[in-house]
Amino acid sequence: MSQKPKVAFYWCASCGGCEEAVVDLDEAILEVTAAVDVVFWPVALDFKRKDVEAMPERSIAITFLNGAVRTSEQLEMTHLLRRKSQLLVAVGSCAQLGGIPGLANMFDRESILEEVYLLSTATANPERQLPEVRSRENGHTLELPVFFQRVRALNQVVEVDYFIPGCPPTPKMFRTAFETLMGKQRPKKGTVLAPDCALCDECPRKDTKPADLTITRFTRPQQMLVDDQKCLLAQGLLCMGPATRAGCEALCVRGNMVCTGCCGPTSRVRDQGAKILSALSILVQSKEEPEIRSMQASIPDPVGSFYRYSLASSLLRRKRFAGAAKTR
Amino acid sequence: MAEQQQLTAGANRGGRRITIDPITRLEGHGKIEVFLDESGEVERAYFQIPELRGFEKFVQGRPVEEMPQITSRICGVCPTAHHMAATKAIDNVYKLEPPLAAKIIRELIYSTFVVEDHALHFYFLGGPDFVVGPDAPPAERNVLGVIAKVGLETGKKVIAMRSRLRDLMALVGGKAAHPVFGLPGGVAKRFTPEMRKKFQEVAAEAVEFAQFTLRIFEDVVLKNDDYVNLILSDAYTHRTYYMGMVDAHNRLNFYDGMLRVVAPDGREFEKFAPSRYLENIAEHVEPWTYVKFCYLKTVGWKGFKEGMESGVYSVAPLARLNVSDGMATPFAQHAYEQFFSTVGPKPVHHTLANHWARVVELLYAAERMRELADEPALTDEDVRVLPSEKPKEGVGVVEAPRGTLIHHYQTDEDGLVAKANLIVATQNNAARIAMSVEKAAKALIHGDDVPESVLNRVEMAFRAYDPCNGCATHALPGSMPLVIRVQKQDGSTAAVLRRDFYGNVLRE
Repeated sequence: MSQKPKVAFYWCASCGGCEEAVVDLDEAILEVTAAVDVVFWPVALDFKRKDVEAMPERSIAITFLNGAVRTSEQLEMTHLLRRKSQLLVAVGSCAQLGGIPGLANMFDRESILEEVYLLSTATANPERQLPEVRSRENGHTLELPVFFQRVRALNQVVEVDYFIPGCPPTPKMFRTAFETLMGKQRPKKGTVLAPDCALCDECPRKDTKPADLTITRFTRPQQMLVDDQKCLLAQGLLCMGPATRAGCEALCVRGNMVCTGCCGPTSRVRDQGAKILSALSILVQSKEEPEIRSMQASIPDPVGSFYRYSLASSLLRRKRFAGAAKTR
Repeated sequence: MAEQQQLTAGANRGGRRITIDPITRLEGHGKIEVFLDESGEVERAYFQIPELRGFEKFVQGRPVEEMPQITSRICGVCPTAHHMAATKAIDNVYKLEPPLAAKIIRELIYSTFVVEDHALHFYFLGGPDFVVGPDAPPAERNVLGVIAKVGLETGKKVIAMRSRLRDLMALVGGKAAHPVFGLPGGVAKRFTPEMRKKFQEVAAEAVEFAQFTLRIFEDVVLKNDDYVNLILSDAYTHRTYYMGMVDAHNRLNFYDGMLRVVAPDGREFEKFAPSRYLENIAEHVEPWTYVKFCYLKTVGWKGFKEGMESGVYSVAPLARLNVSDGMATPFAQHAYEQFFSTVGPKPVHHTLANHWARVVELLYAAERMRELADEPALTDEDVRVLPSEKPKEGVGVVEAPRGTLIHHYQTDEDGLVAKANLIVATQNNAARIAMSVEKAAKALIHGDDVPESVLNRVEMAFRAYDPCNGCATHALPGSMPLVIRVQKQDGSTAAVLRRDFYGNVLRE
């Protein structure tokens, strides 16, 4: 009987990128598997849901859970793993903030259903058939999870002990967080396990960011050639660096593209979109309305730019829908 | 559906129900429901995908140049495939022809990604079933079991190879998981001579690694009669159409080309430019799963059936070898010939042969990496063209490791997405996967008392396709319909009330 601590990995409305981050530990994964017993990890191991259900309460030392909560199955698995685990760690933007799937909160369920199953160009569906939570085939009953009206981050449905940010977290971020959790001195519950400063602090181009930076308008990346040494914000590109937590070593910027905000805000900020709005407004030089409007018009998609990863957990949460109140 | 009017909670005709939940060692979520009749034989089996997120809807209103990075979040295992299809689509939205260097860079990083992803499947996902064995205990049937079997030194070599490939991808795309290189008309960064040198070194290692993997497959699988019989067995065989992307000489190309469809009897059925996919591919909806099933439009949807009369088709490694007249690189060509002389003639219909075909493709992708890393124009300074036309509409198609991937966007005048259509790799295989799982279940499950290893052999029926269910169900379905059956004391039905997805209550 192994005395090693038990660890589980699971994914909700997820792309699998956070699982890849673990695989990207490369050889270090052998150290991890030597130190712990992985008891559930559907991408890599053959343990099933019933194996988890059979485990005693709180017998799993740490469950690493990625993905947002979109369906009833994900909600059930989240609650199941919470009961069976001492620590529940939200891994990645989707679990921490709702992630890119959270952009679906701009639409109601019905219009989404209509787009996919009735209006989408290649779909041939004259009977207007939709997937059903319960359906009958050849005398057998088949079930699918309920698709909720909105996307939620993990801590909107269950108590979360720690967060590892990023889309996905880099292998280094994951490894550092893992070592911290396995160590003797754990940080305070609720801590985001990454540096607590803005990305600009660790950006390789930070020395080229002018102290007196001003913006008149933004440029979309396809409209200009991008200098691969200079601060991207200074070049007029919409970079989320000032409102985004550090930890990733600015990999996107090293790819010569802007930061899009995946590590979420620092601990001092409640709403990442509001933070970038206030950071950008400071940079706007003009006080004349036509020029301000021109600057605003140069940002074609504020929600998608400012709340790309965090809409579900922001103060906004979701778009208000016309018509009858729609709850779950 | 008529049968839905007799919904009775939980009850099923006949005998037992076996559930495999969740399916494992693939990307994405799924479960398999197997229904036995009174004599313990499998009556029906269903491969259900319970997940969806709704990309096709929530990308509406997003700037189209953001699509490479937004759609890559459909899948964290194959993000480069979505990133690339999206990048090609936005080239077309702006009617841009990227400079030569940009095209070489794109195909080079793409070939690197295919090597890495195919290796991931062989060693981590599907491979354990063969290397460790389909009947091995669940705790050993995984990459750690593979390492225990092939030895730690070999295991570390595999891990190290993957690591070097991922590092190369990060060199070009910022990071391997959700890379950022794609822009309309080019790529974000030029290639330096130092980068070329790194790619050349790793490409040479990758070719050796691919040959090494092929040898493992030969030693572990092809020399094992039980495995060969498993591959050739009828339980894992379906005679369907096949589709894949080919170059001007009808040889497989992952990055660009025409789409070629071959019939179950091997004749070329269709060959079309990717922009004309709508004339050839349609999607079918079933109420018991969130994935939509692709089929050939001109043949039609005839249900989950194989044969010339059914529009069901397959994509990915086996399909791509079936539709190609050969491979464009020498070692892969030799492996291709060996493949068909062993399990042929063309087309090969044995689903498990996908595992072998995948390693042949791994070798081609590695050789292609080497060719492209040597291209003189790779380090040219010009890697971008700027748009001059107004954005409108574009289709971008690549061969993802798991099959043909189609991104199609329509935008408004400002380049914001008005409509998006995504036909994602595994969707092309969805019907055949469902058929494979049911056929394997019927062949292997007899009676109530089913050993766990038999359930794994049913799972092997989908694993050969290396499915990506997060990809397949990028789409989002609907609300909870509700049926209330009011029963009188004598058990007869007094009324049936149904709430539809608009919230209307109808009395039947």
